[in-house]
Amino acid sequence: MLARLAHRLFAGFAVVLGVVTLTFLLLHAAPGDPIELMLGQTATAEQVAAQRRALGLDRPLPAQFASWLGRLGRGDWGTSIARGRPVRAVLGDAWPATVRLVALSLLLSYLIGLFIGAIQAARSRSRTDTILSVTTVTLFALPGFWLALMLVLVFTYWARWLPAFGAAGLDADYLSAGAWMVDRLRHLALPLTTLTLIGIGGAARFARGAMLDTLSQPFITTARAKGLVPRQVIARHALRNALTPIVTLLGLSLPALFSGAVFIEAVFAWPGVGRILVEAVQARDYPVVMAATTVSAVLVVAGNLLADILAAWLDPRVRSASA
Amino acid sequence: MTRLLRDGRAAFGAMVLLVVLLCALFAPLVTNGQPAAQRDIVATRFVPPLSSDTRGEFHALGTDRFGRDVWTRLVYGARVSMGVGVIAVMVSIVLGVMVGAVAGFWRGPIAMTLIGLTDFVLAIPRVVLLLLIAALWQPSTALVIIVLGLTGWTSIARLVHGEVRALAVRPFVEGARAVGAPRVRVLARHILPNALTPVIVAGALGIGNAITLEAGLSYFGLGVQPPTPSWGNMIASGRDVLVNAPWVAAAPGVALVLVVVACTLLGDALRDVLDPSQQLP
Repeated sequence: MLARLAHRLFAGFAVVLGVVTLTFLLLHAAPGDPIELMLGQTATAEQVAAQRRALGLDRPLPAQFASWLGRLGRGDWGTSIARGRPVRAVLGDAWPATVRLVALSLLLSYLIGLFIGAIQAARSRSRTDTILSVTTVTLFALPGFWLALMLVLVFTYWARWLPAFGAAGLDADYLSAGAWMVDRLRHLALPLTTLTLIGIGGAARFARGAMLDTLSQPFITTARAKGLVPRQVIARHALRNALTPIVTLLGLSLPALFSGAVFIEAVFAWPGVGRILVEAVQARDYPVVMAATTVSAVLVVAGNLLADILAAWLDPRVRSASA
Repeated sequence: MTRLLRDGRAAFGAMVLLVVLLCALFAPLVTNGQPAAQRDIVATRFVPPLSSDTRGEFHALGTDRFGRDVWTRLVYGARVSMGVGVIAVMVSIVLGVMVGAVAGFWRGPIAMTLIGLTDFVLAIPRVVLLLLIAALWQPSTALVIIVLGLTGWTSIARLVHGEVRALAVRPFVEGARAVGAPRVRVLARHILPNALTPVIVAGALGIGNAITLEAGLSYFGLGVQPPTPSWGNMIASGRDVLVNAPWVAAAPGVALVLVVVACTLLGDALRDVLDPSQQLP
């Protein structure tokens, strides 16, 4: 297990390094220049050259990359070209918002999806199964940004219940603790609902398949034969065994979930890593793009690793197979 | 085939896709034929669905802020969105089958490199890569196809790799090699045809995914560029007039969901019919 863990850690590190290198190459291979965007049309060639030298952008690419890695090793993420603030501060403000959104929606969508999938598997081929299948396929097919727009239309413009933008109201700093909490939750409601609804589709579809797979195994027949009531068979025997593939999928679906969050954050102006990334890419803000990609790659790799460990903890067979 | 048609999911999926394809093919016949036409903007803009403008022209899905007929743009947008989805998935399939087949058939450093590459691309958040490439170069329809194709092949490569490895040790492959067939021929004629079943399923599911991603990129202005209508940039243009004219954003979204649901159901049904071993009770 430890050897496997070490192997996975090494592989994860390699993936992060690869993503960072690829991003660096793509950024510098693409047309467009942060200095020209920053100084505008009226800047003279000398001014552009001076600014490039000041930021170290005139050096050869391998040297730039090496010094970026070196500074990263010392915990220095550099300074945002477009914002003039340290990248660490820019991302430090952003990542808790993303993690909050992604983690909560992951939890909710898997709990609800697992529940729906279990019901469907228990009542396979019934009318309930069909109705739930149609529902989950539709949820699975919904494009996040469109669902977000429709929710904003209904709950913000028509019903006037919930705010559509940002993570907190303008008056957040002056609210009492209780009101502050309510304000936060109201702002979280729409982005979280959007991400969760979309997540439920995939989770329920997979849970149904995994449950049906498990239900066809001999030990379920045994459990039924010894007289357990169906609810016990499903909850105690089937669900527990179906969890292993589901937890693995949970890890594998992290990149997709993070991808979804990028769109959702942009629609709701949610102050997370996704929105920072979109803005930074458009401004050719090299240090911020590099840092945001690194953080997202680390999050994804760590999530996968965590799912692997969780699967081993849930299922002794996985542990012994890899020992 | 009969089993497929008797399956309710497949019948629904195939029917929806057929209707959309026919509409897209015969777009000039089922619409007013001018997706970009702007007449008297002030008189014809924001006409609600199922009503006529002041000139007496009927608009089933209303008009947008330039007085363009939403139904017409929806049908012409289907040409673009479906076209992008289908071509991108074909690029993914070609790449994925090549990588998966080579990695599964030849062991050694080449296979190791290809598997490593696949796992690596699989671990990158796809949208981050899409955003990077699409935002850094001049956005265009061709770029969207290339980008979607280049980022979508990994799951197919994984599938083909697994199938090829399992098939390579089967007796009929040994037989083909025993009679002296060259390795490339064994792979192309004996193994690949048997390994393609899951690819068809993955392709059907992938088209829905590609259409959604195209819409996402176009929504950010990084995909298909206006005035060419695509479902994504139609939703994006509807975003700005959400309060005045919600139908502009709603209509292409509903079309998109319908098509993706159809692709998913068809893919599910295909898997059950083509691969009985994976069939669920």
